[in-house]
Amino acid sequence: MELVCPAGTPAALRAAVEAGAHAVYCGFADETNARNFPGLNFSRAELTDSIRYAHQHGAKVLVAINTFPRAGAQDLWHRAVADAERAGADAVILADVGLLAYATKNHPNLRRHLSVQAAAANADVINFYAAEFGIKRVVLPRVLTVAEIAAINKETEVETEVFVFGGLCVMAEGRCSLSSYATGKSPNMNGVCSPASHVVYDQEGPDLVARLGGFTIHRVGKTDPTPYPTLCKGCFTSKGETGHVFDDPASLNATDLLPQLAKAGVTALKIEGRQRSRAYVAQVVRSFRDAVDALAAGKPMPTGALAALSEGQAMTTGAYAKKWR
Amino acid sequence: MPEFFAIPKPFAQALRLLPNPPLSLMLTQLTRGILRRHPGIVSRLGDQAGKSFALAPTDLPLVLVLSLPGGVAKVKVQRDGKGADCMISGKLSALLGLVHGAVDGDALFFSRDLVIEGDTEAALALRNAVDDAELDLAEEITRLAPPLAPMLKRLVAAAERRTGVALHRAGGVL
Amino acid sequence: MDLTLGPIAFFWDAPRIRDFYARIADEAPVARVVLGEFVCSKRLPFWQDEIPRAVERLQAAGKEVWLTSLALVTLKRERQMTDDLGLAGLGVEVADLTALAHLPAGAGFSISPLVNVYNEGTLEWLAAKGAKRVCLPPELPPAAIASLAATGARLGVAVEVWGFGRLPLAISGRCYHARLTDRSKDNCQFVCGVDLDGRTIDTLDGQQFLAVNGVQTLSAATAFAGHDLTTLADAGVQSLRLSPQTGDMVALAQALTDALAGADNAAALEAAARAASPDGLLANGYLRGQAGANWVA
Repeated sequence: MELVCPAGTPAALRAAVEAGAHAVYCGFADETNARNFPGLNFSRAELTDSIRYAHQHGAKVLVAINTFPRAGAQDLWHRAVADAERAGADAVILADVGLLAYATKNHPNLRRHLSVQAAAANADVINFYAAEFGIKRVVLPRVLTVAEIAAINKETEVETEVFVFGGLCVMAEGRCSLSSYATGKSPNMNGVCSPASHVVYDQEGPDLVARLGGFTIHRVGKTDPTPYPTLCKGCFTSKGETGHVFDDPASLNATDLLPQLAKAGVTALKIEGRQRSRAYVAQVVRSFRDAVDALAAGKPMPTGALAALSEGQAMTTGAYAKKWR
Repeated sequence: MPEFFAIPKPFAQALRLLPNPPLSLMLTQLTRGILRRHPGIVSRLGDQAGKSFALAPTDLPLVLVLSLPGGVAKVKVQRDGKGADCMISGKLSALLGLVHGAVDGDALFFSRDLVIEGDTEAALALRNAVDDAELDLAEEITRLAPPLAPMLKRLVAAAERRTGVALHRAGGVL
Repeated sequence: MDLTLGPIAFFWDAPRIRDFYARIADEAPVARVVLGEFVCSKRLPFWQDEIPRAVERLQAAGKEVWLTSLALVTLKRERQMTDDLGLAGLGVEVADLTALAHLPAGAGFSISPLVNVYNEGTLEWLAAKGAKRVCLPPELPPAAIASLAATGARLGVAVEVWGFGRLPLAISGRCYHARLTDRSKDNCQFVCGVDLDGRTIDTLDGQQFLAVNGVQTLSAATAFAGHDLTTLADAGVQSLRLSPQTGDMVALAQALTDALAGADNAAALEAAARAASPDGLLANGYLRGQAGANWVA
């Protein structure tokens, strides 16, 4: 299986390639991609250089242009597709049907992947995207079980890519406006979720309070970890029940499921985390490369390295196990 | 999660005796050199370059406040983070680990080994910009005073061995 | 501008649904009604027999009637349900692009606010596929609404905007009603049926924030476009979508119709909206290019 790894900066891209990534995904430093965070992402020149570096080392580069173009400003997204092709990208990862139609017509030779932000969750719609836009691969939304993924692969020629590690959206991706409801900024329009610019941590007596757009997302005591400021990982109350109503602040870790995912016919494994440091990227990629290599060689999974990744963090297998629902 | 080494109290106290203006001047020179050799840091900061950033090693009695008025770096040594738009605090070893790409900022933040106050966006931009620069402070320090380089290098190596603090860029994959 | 009554998001029982559409047919000045289950396929068997009855009644009252698809299609039976939609002979409202894959070529369709239409390119592509109407995603700012309304006018696609109702903010594979009551989705015992307007979620500081409705997450505040009618009409928006809550939808539709006909009834209109909203909490931030939760009077 192909290992698709995140890079928020050229340094992280080199770290990922050095650590054994088969492919790296990244985006331009603007609102055309879904990790439009301060200080992150690639200029045109950086992308060109980084693609050259990756290709010299036998790795592919996939460029995520996976927000939904703004009405009246589609040029910015169209330019991003053209510039990705010019820089030598191996594929672009798109979500918007208008942009897919544009790329299909104007950049027919540029390989197109369907982003997770399109939330294509069944074989019918995946085959429809393939017929309309010639997509070669779909990144599956994080709402499916392993059995459902296997069923999809039986019914489509399109390659499937699934998330195996990192932050986990609990909502169907690309169909969530929680962030803009609280802050005015959303993943679809601005490429940000629960943006740092709208996050405030306040020390209130012994409590650390995280607020997003003025709404209290969590309140924890002195010894607890700092709460994750993402809205759907927050702690709320309803009819006297208090807790993580939407999702526990846990990280996806599907390493135990790799053999099952291989059997299910999955082509590529995706690691989330373009906003993470190059240190994190290197460590996670190395561990997964070892696991994927062991799997391919029919050897047992190298448990030690993978266990280190989850140290100090709550982990979940997410929707891959049916009980998650 | 790594345990971060704390600077011993007597050493920290001794720092108090150092006069601040010369220290500010030296750190300003060091930072300007770094930004000259790594112009990507300022371009990555983008519109956050207008902000001021306080770095607070909690095991030292001082706070470094970095600003870039007119695109030229200035570092002021202060007793606290007064006047800065954002403040990143943590043990010196954690801050240095962050600069050198030896540890992950997010992980340190959620474990409270790092605390961010004020403008979260500015702090995040600085962290990401520095992560991309692949800095090596030991190398930068020896550049500041080339004649002293061999001696400084030996000192850095000894300090790293004794404390486990990352004074060099993390080499490749961990 | 006219009024469109959107599908019921919540799990109401069959008698309530029958009464609701009977009253809409007899009394509500809405031009069209979209009905059907779009949130959870497990609910449909409990009220699907009401659909033909309601369709007949609404059509007899002169309303246009459309049938919605599910918003998230993953299971085999959900794909089958989506495939069967076209058989009713009504216009289909596409709430997941999966439905588009199942529609017979050349069939006209409508696009739900849960489908991502953010720009001219997408609207053009949908129009070429046969879209007749599009209700825009609620988070769109006014500039985008104006731009898309103009594109819609050029293409002959009627553009509709969210006018009233708790905002549909997200859809998930996970059921929050089941989770809140420590049940699995497969053994939910239809607990979402208890909360006829959704179950309100408060912040730890006691502020009403969101609402859950099975696998759907809504806003706690009810979005209301009553103070933006002129702006939207000037932009070329053709219809306002009213999403059913348990409050008096007929009175609200009447007050909106009066306002659209030029009556100077801003205060009465806002009062009708508050009366129809859970806890009387309103929001219109998205229509002002702000956080959706804001209310700008």
